[in-house]
Amino acid sequence: MVEKGIGQAVPRKEDRRFVTGRGRYVDDIRLPGQAWAVFVRSPHAHARIRRVDKASVEGMPGVLAVFTGADAEADGIGPLICGWMIHSRDGTPMKVGTHRVLATDKVRYVGDRVACVVAETLHQARDAAEALVVEYEELPAVVDLATADEAPALVHDDIPGNLCYDWELGDRAAVEEAFAKAARVVSVDLVNNRLVPNALEPRAALAAYDPGRDEITLYLTSQNPHVHRLVMSAFNNIAPEHKLRVVAPDVGGGFGSKIFIYGEECVVAWAARKLGRPVKWREERGEAFLADAHGRDHVTRAELAVDADGRFLALRVDTRANLGAYMSTFSSAVPTYLYAPLLSGQYRIPAIHARVRTYYTNTTPVDAYRGAGRPEACFVVETLVDAAARALGIDRAEIRRRNFIPPDAFPYQTPVVMTYDSGDYRTCLDRALELADYAGFERRRQEARARGRLRGIGIGCYIEACGIAPSQAAISLGAGVGLWESAEVRFTHTGKVQVYTGTHTHGQGHETTFSQLVAETLGVPFEDVEVIHGDTATTPVGMGTYGSRSQAVGGEALLRACHKIIEKGRKIAAHLLEASEADIEFEAGVFRVKGTDRRKTIQEIAFAAYVPASYPADLEPGLEASAFFDPPNFTFPSGTYVCEVEVDPETGRVRIEKWVAVDDFGRIINPLIVEGQVHGGLVQGIGQALLEHAVYDRESGQLLTGSFMDYAMPRADDVPSFTVEFAPGSPTPSNTLGAKGAGEAGAIGAPAALMNAIWDAVGTRVEMPATPERVWRAIRQTQMPQAAE
Amino acid sequence: MYAFEYHRPASVAEAVRLLREKPEAKLLAGGHTLIPTLKQRLAQPSDLVDLGGIAELRGIREEGGALVIGAATPHGEVETSDLVRRTIPALAHLAGEIGDPQVRNRGTIGGSIANNDPAADWPAAVLGLGATVRTDRREIAADDFFTGMFETALEADEIVTAVVFPRPRRAAYAKFPNPASRYAMVGVFVAETDGGVRVAVTGAAPCVFRLTALERALAANFAPEAVDGVTVDASELNSDIHASADYRAHLVKVMAKRAIASALG
Amino acid sequence: MPRVVMRVNGKEVSGEVEPRTLLVEFLREHLGLTGTHVGCDTSQCGCCVVHLDGRSVKSCTVLAVQCEGAEVLTIEGLARNGELHPIQRAFHECHGLQCGFCTPGMIMSALELLQRHPAPTEPQVRAWLEGNLCRCTGYHNIVRAILQAAEEMRQAPRPAA
Repeated sequence: MVEKGIGQAVPRKEDRRFVTGRGRYVDDIRLPGQAWAVFVRSPHAHARIRRVDKASVEGMPGVLAVFTGADAEADGIGPLICGWMIHSRDGTPMKVGTHRVLATDKVRYVGDRVACVVAETLHQARDAAEALVVEYEELPAVVDLATADEAPALVHDDIPGNLCYDWELGDRAAVEEAFAKAARVVSVDLVNNRLVPNALEPRAALAAYDPGRDEITLYLTSQNPHVHRLVMSAFNNIAPEHKLRVVAPDVGGGFGSKIFIYGEECVVAWAARKLGRPVKWREERGEAFLADAHGRDHVTRAELAVDADGRFLALRVDTRANLGAYMSTFSSAVPTYLYAPLLSGQYRIPAIHARVRTYYTNTTPVDAYRGAGRPEACFVVETLVDAAARALGIDRAEIRRRNFIPPDAFPYQTPVVMTYDSGDYRTCLDRALELADYAGFERRRQEARARGRLRGIGIGCYIEACGIAPSQAAISLGAGVGLWESAEVRFTHTGKVQVYTGTHTHGQGHETTFSQLVAETLGVPFEDVEVIHGDTATTPVGMGTYGSRSQAVGGEALLRACHKIIEKGRKIAAHLLEASEADIEFEAGVFRVKGTDRRKTIQEIAFAAYVPASYPADLEPGLEASAFFDPPNFTFPSGTYVCEVEVDPETGRVRIEKWVAVDDFGRIINPLIVEGQVHGGLVQGIGQALLEHAVYDRESGQLLTGSFMDYAMPRADDVPSFTVEFAPGSPTPSNTLGAKGAGEAGAIGAPAALMNAIWDAVGTRVEMPATPERVWRAIRQTQMPQAAE
Repeated sequence: MYAFEYHRPASVAEAVRLLREKPEAKLLAGGHTLIPTLKQRLAQPSDLVDLGGIAELRGIREEGGALVIGAATPHGEVETSDLVRRTIPALAHLAGEIGDPQVRNRGTIGGSIANNDPAADWPAAVLGLGATVRTDRREIAADDFFTGMFETALEADEIVTAVVFPRPRRAAYAKFPNPASRYAMVGVFVAETDGGVRVAVTGAAPCVFRLTALERALAANFAPEAVDGVTVDASELNSDIHASADYRAHLVKVMAKRAIASALG
Repeated sequence: MPRVVMRVNGKEVSGEVEPRTLLVEFLREHLGLTGTHVGCDTSQCGCCVVHLDGRSVKSCTVLAVQCEGAEVLTIEGLARNGELHPIQRAFHECHGLQCGFCTPGMIMSALELLQRHPAPTEPQVRAWLEGNLCRCTGYHNIVRAILQAAEEMRQAPRPAA
């Protein structure tokens, strides 16, 4: 076994800089002469901008410039885009409201960017931003998603009914037919609550313009620097692509919110060029609540048709999704192709139909947040499954077993686009139930009841489509870019390895897992590998990190680059060892002539490649290789979460007593890191289910949960320790590594497991987040129907 | 933050003089309400008068059977004080429920009661124990001190120097925290004192208040069941995104019961 | 502008600061000690925790001028001669960090916990971390790391500075 190779729980090599305070985040970078940008944001949810009075801050100390939307337009700065085209079921394209980097005509949510003030110091910029006079004419706001189409106001004057698209997927007729024949139909109306991503590092941008090279360097909190560069060049006209360098150094978490191309980075880069000096913007947390794309926010009616034995016949889903005031970079894809194709869950459901309507409202734009569409789908499916079990009196585990896609059915074509690659759902469920002592639960429930507590157990079985790609499929469904990934491997003279990846690590540990992959494949010491990412000037063009794709797509690209290195090394070794190429075998870093002791290490081969004293005549010197990988299919991780809760009936407070996770991620490179991904995802899912909720005032459109004082983030004492196990695993055939991806699983499966446990404890379904008051009211409703309001 | 002048007086008298000279000045104690407020530009004082350098404001001692806590004593010192734990353990418990360890290392009792946040914990103890607030010029009974939301009986240039807590026969505090801020959504302090039973409620209304109906019931029967016969009027209570007035009214009773049970040990 | 003098990580430092300068701004902007982070504006996230005269504090809620003559320890001063403190090592070994942004504050907070309670229980650790938010790890491995560090520090106490 290779030391620190694939499959080993290697502690991360990137940790040292972080535990010693030597990480380098955007805000840690200071450039000589840097000025500070502060954005003036709309205090109104919806208003016409009458006037921006630049004169109101002229002459204030330190003020260098004030930029408005009109200035940006005059300079040809293009609007922000949504990179995924969705067509309504009548064939018309989605209706895109113009989204400028700075507003010109109207402001459309509290926090909308109106102007940018640049000054010598941050304090001066804040002083001037506060002093800038902007005259508004307030308009009625559209806040409530459920009634957005009937609202008297239009978010975008040219988009009737605030409807962006009315989309569908699946065979409506087949579904109708199945419902007509069903023994039983269960239905639920549910809300998928709006969330604020809240990566702990707020967004930041620092841009510098080099007039000698006519080049802009932008340090940015980005999950995908190449995508930023592409969009900012091709659509926002910030600079030609080869004259814009985007550097994403250490980034303090993203969870989706740092994928998107926002107005702030465009303005900062443009301002740096206009002013001829570096400009920095650093978001405050209160600003992040308003300005970073939110997640989720669906209302859904869903119905499941079942036969008398509890077998699923058909699923019908009608979802209204909130887009917020503007389309964000991938916001159209989240409630459509990242959602509806996952509605089959882990089950055989012969017919599925989903209708999704998305609406503009006067709220912060909504886009992908950890899981992005898949948590919403899982929550719909797993809520209905529990509803069906209750309606038919079937055990909740048993109804799942009856409907699982069996292990021998893969590849499995669902009625909604996807072809599942592999899986063994029953094994995961049974193992999770065993670890959770599901069989002994009723005893624990009785014991809790004796103590005056309500105890419940819940199951959530999730399916995830990740490794976002393949390109052709995605492009055919509306994606504006390919979703392959890239890697480059370079040997140095002395046999060290530099890996350049198109992915970006902001907590996922690629520097370690990619090093393990290289150590295993090329037989070099783990410590001899350096992973370089996050700089468009040095790394190959790549699509970045989201959608649990980096290992399954980026890792495979890296593996392929390593194999190219080996093939070239084999040629060099054959020459040096005076053997035919076919007789050279490679193992654990050594090229050997089969059946002999004649050998060259890969380090010796690298040296020979750079100092080609004796070298094959037809071969280029040097030892480096790059590879791109575009997978033939998504990967489909799956798993079961079992959660046990206790509810204090007097206060409605829910405590999680036990949590078991059994996940099938295919082949795992580093179980320590993957477990960490599961823990983090679970707590984000638990946060959604119990605590987190972005609440707007229905009249004014003010965000009422605009800080950690009102938006409840999960803390250490809100959550338990977890039991996490990996299923024996069904490696995906979609890449040779067999890795499926693990980043989002926890956030996808956790809400369903937890909400089903609360349902079990209190006897009635509670909406997310299950705040103490909601749970208390639910208990009163079940136990004292006469007291219900 | 807006710009301000900073002063660090060495005595209470000097601090009072500064407050008189600078009418737009504010006192800085632990700073855990004031500094966040300043950061959000919600206040614009001309001067900050830092009480952190005044030794006489700090410390915990016994005085004629009462417990005296200096105004600039951080919550964490109260929480871990052997003297407090021995004499009025409910105060140590309450102090340990405030904020987080870092807040408790800086935030002070004097700052908390002078600010009188409707959801702060200390006002419940001060009112619940019938404490006396000592200032640079007088003593103010708890019943007269808290006058409204973020309002107290303090004059503009008056400085809290200490709080004098009489020792109760028994006392306890039960808090239901706001899941986001961890301030009290409802906190109930119950005490049986030489002067009778006192019950103070924080977090539920615009200002800390005494629940006199429950005090009467407990005077007759100091037991959790006494709560059952008491009605809490929800119409006087706060309703917000975290909890409706109805729910708060219910929580007042639940927390009162728990405090009573805890006081009974 | 007032001049402030304090000891940071064992060295005397001084600077001219506006009174409104926060301790965290002084550390980051004046001293270049960027290991202390700012993650919120309501004194809740704990990314900025440092030790001030031996107690953990949120350096975003302390003015630099309040620290005149004080002893400040930041994450940069924790390792000695290149050797990680047991808490730093345990965070690494237990994978108690992902993006690393909350980590310095988390470690500095844990340091006071273990100074006060050398053998904390898991619930004590979780309760202590009330003032430190982490969005990546789900806390599981942070708690594990602190418990492991406690064990190690009990067995091999580190000499005081």
